[in-house]
Amino acid sequence: MNCTKCKTRAVIDLPRHNAAFCKGCFNVYVHDQVSRAIKSEKMFGKDDRILVAVSGGKDSLALWEILLKMGYKADALYVNLGIGGYSDVSHAKVVNFSETVAAPHGAVLHVHTVEQEAGAGIKELAMLIHRPTCSTCGTIKRYQFNRVALEHKYDVMATGHNLDDEAARLLGNVLRWQEEYLDKQSPSLPASLDGFAKKVKPLFRLSERELAAYSVLNRIDYIVEECPMAKGARTLLYKEVLNRLETESPGTKQAFYCGFLDKQRKPEALPTTMAEKDQAMLHPCSVCRQPTTADVCSYCKMMARAKTHSV
Amino acid sequence: MQVQLSHPSRTIEIKGPKKAKDLFKELNLVVEAHLIIRGDELVTEDEMLYDQDQIEIRPVISGGAPLPFCPSPISPAPSPVSA
Repeated sequence: MNCTKCKTRAVIDLPRHNAAFCKGCFNVYVHDQVSRAIKSEKMFGKDDRILVAVSGGKDSLALWEILLKMGYKADALYVNLGIGGYSDVSHAKVVNFSETVAAPHGAVLHVHTVEQEAGAGIKELAMLIHRPTCSTCGTIKRYQFNRVALEHKYDVMATGHNLDDEAARLLGNVLRWQEEYLDKQSPSLPASLDGFAKKVKPLFRLSERELAAYSVLNRIDYIVEECPMAKGARTLLYKEVLNRLETESPGTKQAFYCGFLDKQRKPEALPTTMAEKDQAMLHPCSVCRQPTTADVCSYCKMMARAKTHSV
Repeated sequence: MQVQLSHPSRTIEIKGPKKAKDLFKELNLVVEAHLIIRGDELVTEDEMLYDQDQIEIRPVISGGAPLPFCPSPISPAPSPVSA
């Protein structure tokens, strides 16, 4: 398989774009998608100070690297959750990335350690307050991310949420008709008056597979192991279902999430009932008097054609 | 060829030569959720893999982040791969 652009040997195929790329052209594609996301959602400019939430995983480290390569002023925050060996490894990956990749750009890494403040890791904390671990983790990360952004006067907070994350979240909310959460699914949430910093998701146009490929190709040393606390999380099931659909019908995830964003942007049309629509569009067929949108209904047309051919 | 898999981490032996997409089929893996790495290079689905190759099939899915609709975890799906 050859690169769609330069015709050299491809290293990744992207069925949803009916394309394949070599490393160089794939990097251009990834940076272009991030650039389009930043501009279309008016996320930030070259003078803004950005705080990236990094976990040691592929998405957040790739996001930090891409923003720095594109010339943005991006620092990062890592929250050490105290999940035994998993947090030790992810912390080491983030520090190594910060020292070898980010520091030469003048970027700074902030670290918050849950155990130092709470006296216990995330698992013990969740048991103490009788809350699911993932929920406790989310509350802590959101709180600390916002606190550091406000204390250090960052203009915007950026997370590594990708197309798969957003499509899976949308599927979950739609399956349960959690309409109150749909407004929060925009890739760019403005700062609020009550102390929340602006929050953006510059990777929302890129799939999880594309970001893993970007990290492998660019030698980004990320933690491949899944968080042990995430086993059985519903979001993983939704991702699995969406990936089966995507494999059978490439472009499904993009059509689902980006279609939702398009609908959100359009001003709401006046509500129209089915009866009102019928009255506006339907009238009696000139042959049989059954309702139709045309002069002659499709049944009468079909029968007329059949009679013509049978004669 | 030696094929390294994750979740749980293990290595299995698969007879080559074989196209990458046929390896996915044999292991019942979804292409969209994995990368195939030979040595330290990515390979596309139509690439031929040989007995002497060291292959890693790397899952790309991460998650478990808190979602508003996710009050409690459910049972994980059974692993599609048997070593």
